[in-house]
Amino acid sequence: MLLIYCPYCEVERPELEFRCGGEAHIARPTDPSTQSDEQWADFLYMRTNTKGIYAERWRHIHGCGRFFNALRETVGDKFLKVYKTGEPKPDLDAIAKEASR
Amino acid sequence: MVDQVTADLYVPDAGEEPLLAISSVSILRAAPVSRLSFRCRDDARAAAGKAFGVALPAKPLSAETTSDRIAFWLGPDEWMLIAPESDLEAVSAKLEAALESHPTSLVDVSHRQEAILVSGDRAVWLLNTGIPIDLDVSAFPVGSVTRTVFHKAPVMVWRTGEDSFVVEAWVSFMDYVAGLLVQSAGELSAA
Amino acid sequence: MSQPFRTHSGGRIDRNKQLTFQFDGEELTGVEGDTLASALLANGRHLVGRSFKYHRPRGILTAGSEEPNALVGIYRKGDQTPNLRATQVELYDGLKAISQNRFPSLDFDVGAVNDLLSPLFPAGFYYKTFMWPRAFWDRVYEPIIRAAAGLGKPPINPDHDTYGNLYAHCDVLVIGSGPAGLAAALAAAETGARVILCDEQSEFGGSLLSESDATIDGKSATEWVEDSIRSLSAKDNVTLLPRTTAFGYFAQNFVSLAERVTEHMADPDPALPRERLWQVRAKEVVIAAGAIERPMVFPENDRPGIMLADAGRTYLNRYGVKVGDNVLVATACDTAWQAAFDLADRGVDIAAIADMREKPSEALLSVAHARGIRVETGCVITGTQGRKRVSGALLGRVTSGGVTSAGEVTCDALLMSGGWTPTVSLYSQSRGKVVWDDTLGTFVPGAPVQNERSAGACAGVYGLSATLEAGYNAGEQAAKAATGKTAKLARAEANGADAGNGGILGALPHDRNASKVKAFVDYQNDVTAKDVKLAVREGMHSIEHIKRYTTTGMATDQGRLSNLNALQIASTSLGKPLTDVGLTTFRQPYTPTTFGVFANVSRGDFFDPVRRTPSHDWVVENDGVFEDVGQWKRTWYFPINGEDMHAAVARECETVRKSVGLFDASTLGKIEVVGPDAAEFLERMYTNPWKKLGVGRCRYGLLLNEAGFIIDDGVIGRLAEDRFHVTTTTGGAAHVFATMEDYLQTEWPDLNVWITSTTEQYAVCAVQGPKAREVIAPFVEGIDLSPDAFPHMSVATGTFCGVPCRLMRISFTGELGFEVNIPRRHGKMVWETLAKEIEKHDGTVYGTETMHVLRAEKGYIIVGQETDGTVTPHDVGMSWAIGKNKFDFVGKRGLQRPDLVAEGRKQLVGLLTKDPKVVLEEGAQVTKLANPPAGTSAEGHVTSSYHSSVLGRSIALAMVKGGRDLMGKTLHVPMPSGAIEVEVTDTIFVDKEGGRVNG
Ligand SMILES: [Zn+2]
Repeated sequence: MLLIYCPYCEVERPELEFRCGGEAHIARPTDPSTQSDEQWADFLYMRTNTKGIYAERWRHIHGCGRFFNALRETVGDKFLKVYKTGEPKPDLDAIAKEASR
Repeated sequence: MVDQVTADLYVPDAGEEPLLAISSVSILRAAPVSRLSFRCRDDARAAAGKAFGVALPAKPLSAETTSDRIAFWLGPDEWMLIAPESDLEAVSAKLEAALESHPTSLVDVSHRQEAILVSGDRAVWLLNTGIPIDLDVSAFPVGSVTRTVFHKAPVMVWRTGEDSFVVEAWVSFMDYVAGLLVQSAGELSAA
Repeated sequence: MSQPFRTHSGGRIDRNKQLTFQFDGEELTGVEGDTLASALLANGRHLVGRSFKYHRPRGILTAGSEEPNALVGIYRKGDQTPNLRATQVELYDGLKAISQNRFPSLDFDVGAVNDLLSPLFPAGFYYKTFMWPRAFWDRVYEPIIRAAAGLGKPPINPDHDTYGNLYAHCDVLVIGSGPAGLAAALAAAETGARVILCDEQSEFGGSLLSESDATIDGKSATEWVEDSIRSLSAKDNVTLLPRTTAFGYFAQNFVSLAERVTEHMADPDPALPRERLWQVRAKEVVIAAGAIERPMVFPENDRPGIMLADAGRTYLNRYGVKVGDNVLVATACDTAWQAAFDLADRGVDIAAIADMREKPSEALLSVAHARGIRVETGCVITGTQGRKRVSGALLGRVTSGGVTSAGEVTCDALLMSGGWTPTVSLYSQSRGKVVWDDTLGTFVPGAPVQNERSAGACAGVYGLSATLEAGYNAGEQAAKAATGKTAKLARAEANGADAGNGGILGALPHDRNASKVKAFVDYQNDVTAKDVKLAVREGMHSIEHIKRYTTTGMATDQGRLSNLNALQIASTSLGKPLTDVGLTTFRQPYTPTTFGVFANVSRGDFFDPVRRTPSHDWVVENDGVFEDVGQWKRTWYFPINGEDMHAAVARECETVRKSVGLFDASTLGKIEVVGPDAAEFLERMYTNPWKKLGVGRCRYGLLLNEAGFIIDDGVIGRLAEDRFHVTTTTGGAAHVFATMEDYLQTEWPDLNVWITSTTEQYAVCAVQGPKAREVIAPFVEGIDLSPDAFPHMSVATGTFCGVPCRLMRISFTGELGFEVNIPRRHGKMVWETLAKEIEKHDGTVYGTETMHVLRAEKGYIIVGQETDGTVTPHDVGMSWAIGKNKFDFVGKRGLQRPDLVAEGRKQLVGLLTKDPKVVLEEGAQVTKLANPPAGTSAEGHVTSSYHSSVLGRSIALAMVKGGRDLMGKTLHVPMPSGAIEVEVTDTIFVDKEGGRVNG
């Protein structure tokens, strides 16, 4: 069971209190009607499923209830960074370099 | 660090037998209170606190209390406001009037939850039979409040003293929560 | 005292407390402090089991949790727990144990014929023999193999005991309480850090409990242990957990422990849990798991009476038991000599010390000489004799040319030591990579991967002084890393118990016919040196393949005893360095762990929360029948006067349509949507338009996912411009709430709207039927119930029975209907009031089954029954629920996907069987032909099917390809007893005009 830091509660809590919400930074198009079938299918179904550092949405469902984003290294299953919803996606290369040190 | 916070609103329900009463820990049902789920953006927080009669805390996992008001921080834009059962309408009206110009959400959830009072030397031990977070007073000081889980049920826990807690759960989960607490406490009176 | 092998003094036992126990029905005695193994040995019993494959007689090999042979069943509370290690079973008065894996008895086992037939059971035997024909595997081979093999028998009855759980947090978790672990715990505790010390044994002290003449701070080792434990237990910041095995090491220092709470008690208080799962989160972990001795792989090394040397020493010094009267010691390592000396000092004859090393240390030789012990150097065991107990051994001299016979020795026990293997299991579980240490000739922990330190023998540090030092250092460093605090603890000084040198890996050389002898590598799985060699010859080159082909290392000790020997044999056979062959990974659990520990409280009534509604007690009193809907108990039907379900449902349905019915709808999800943007939010979430819905009005809402498929539905009422009361399905409540939160927080954070679950704030009594208004009217205040003032699809607040209520005029039956939402604590009172009131109107209470029939008669869908996650609003004929002029809503773009607008999609239709008495089976396939050829795809499937008592016939709903174009056509529902003819109809069976809701 992982420990996850909630950026809103400002504490580490056991994974039991959280739910993973899939890949982060996939914004819903503001006008879906302009989307081609291919674009819409991409939005609905295509995820990078990275082997390595992956930006994910997590929700502190049994805590503050907030969604936030996290960078998780999917091979070692380690959280490298959490940040609030709306904040920009961090530089993954820089994070990877930092993690490898 | 405080060793006790004002928790006058949470009193044992006089009409109920204790769920558990042994020397090292007791579990009592709390009497009804008014509960209002309050949501707003930052700019309305101060006005809301003023109208409610106690400030809405901005510090995560904290509570502000007086003898007849409690404001629990549950999330960055979410508070649980506690008042005497009979104050429900007055409190709602006062808040609504004061916040007319702010977008807010005030919802009566008085009946959604029930509280039990868990206290005694072994209260932390007993709660940790099902609550996965560190309840040591260094990690969860007196006055802290949080939502978490107790085995498979969502709960809210407020620490009112080193050895005393208020545990709230949605009504239909309370049989499970209280039942398991009582079962797990069984060994405390074993020979 | 009737235990002939018990010493007269010494040990951690109380000779004054005699205990009686049974082994295979025979009454024996032991003393307090014994394990079952030590008590059996005190009685001279070495034969305790039969081996897995060859049913060879087996004895006690070890004194710890790695024991491969002495697996027993223990009887308690009328059932037995199998596969307990006798070396870990603490003796109590009245203990009843049985040996396992023998038929009909331990002394005479017909399965032992396997031993004679052993040429038929080589490595990979199962793979080779039973693969053909394929069908025989399931029906013939596997059942026979399973009956003949296996270890122990599973218990028959449900477990009587309870199991506990505890989440614990600490700064430093110390695993193991030998010298390193104790020192670590003392050092860490001194800083004030929160320390948990656990040990799998009943008593703390580990190897110190078996010491004879070592001293620490001038005290005997055991006195020092007692003093240390006393000082630790006096500290508030220390938790001491004996009988507690750390069995799993997971990410971020999450370590699971199994505490055996009552296993050692003769008559435990039933209030105590039998075992407890500790889920520990430690800032730092000190692994002080020690090392275990390796068996030597020589021919016939498995006879009862052959035992690890240190185990022999432990039985003597800790349990006061001599393992024999005339003991042969075979070794490649110094420590076994100490066992021989201790035994000799207790008056046991030492037949010889056979050390395979040419030149053991002079010091050892002189001590042996002083005691008059015969010593053979450069000498190995090449075979043993004795059937149920070792009676002698063949010695062989190791020369450059091989092995030559060096005569025979008689003995009644043989102690062996192939050296020591650090216990790296937990380190390995922590994802650490072990590294080969050439000096020690073994694997040791490499760099830590988590916040962990291995200290003492498990890290290859031997000798009492060095081990204590390593423990103190680890404890100090761990506490400092966890808390930043340090403290100076005076370090104890140790004398004696020097480091053990030497050791050997792999099969020993011998002068016997290699194809005829068995030298065991893995005792529990009956794997011999020959099997490992054969596996290599047959092409298995990786240790992972060899392990699976031979099953070596796959026993309950996960190869802690056998891995290094197997690896060395494979390495020699392959001609590759040992490190190139690889080491298999140690996984959780460290030792076998009961299902009870994992399940702990999640069983019986507490398997999952059972959620009850306010009517529950009334329903119980009135003999209602419940069904489980998710975690909820919902009333299914209310039989009266001995009705069966069919009769009860028929009566309930007819009564609702004729007069009135009362139904508990409290489980429906309820969400309060509040804020200036509430209507905008619902507009974006649901297919329907919301902005123009008037205050006081309700609308049916349909919720899709982005792909365009229906995921939920429910009625939504507008209480104010900025406040909606949303209802969801019972099963969908949590998911709908989470989905709304997701959109609110992550897609539209600019909207000024919030959602709050009010599912449990309100109890909901649905009153449905022509007389519904008359039933509720006497209790309503503040709401004008007249049809004009309060028409169908209205909502208003007022009071009901004097308590605040939200009254909705809605219908899921097609009848005039109201749903009374009452603050939950008043729900019981209101339910009981209404239940009494409907009696006056010849009404009925009804359950979910009747609710289902009534809505099916009206063609109302149930999400999850008519829909399955691939169904659109158009498919179920609900295009009307889609707002035509909406810019966007969740699923709008999805609905335009080519496959969702294509012809030939399944559509919701009604089905009427030609024979009105026949009720179709839900889920049955619908076809064009009565007897379609094999391979024909179905046209659709039945989603709902009931007997309608109101119509006096069966009705069904179905999803059928192009169904709406098939009205009046005949289709078929093939069943095993023959196809059923059905006619396709529209979906409304009762009150097609829909006038009754306005009644
Ligand atoms: Zn949080």
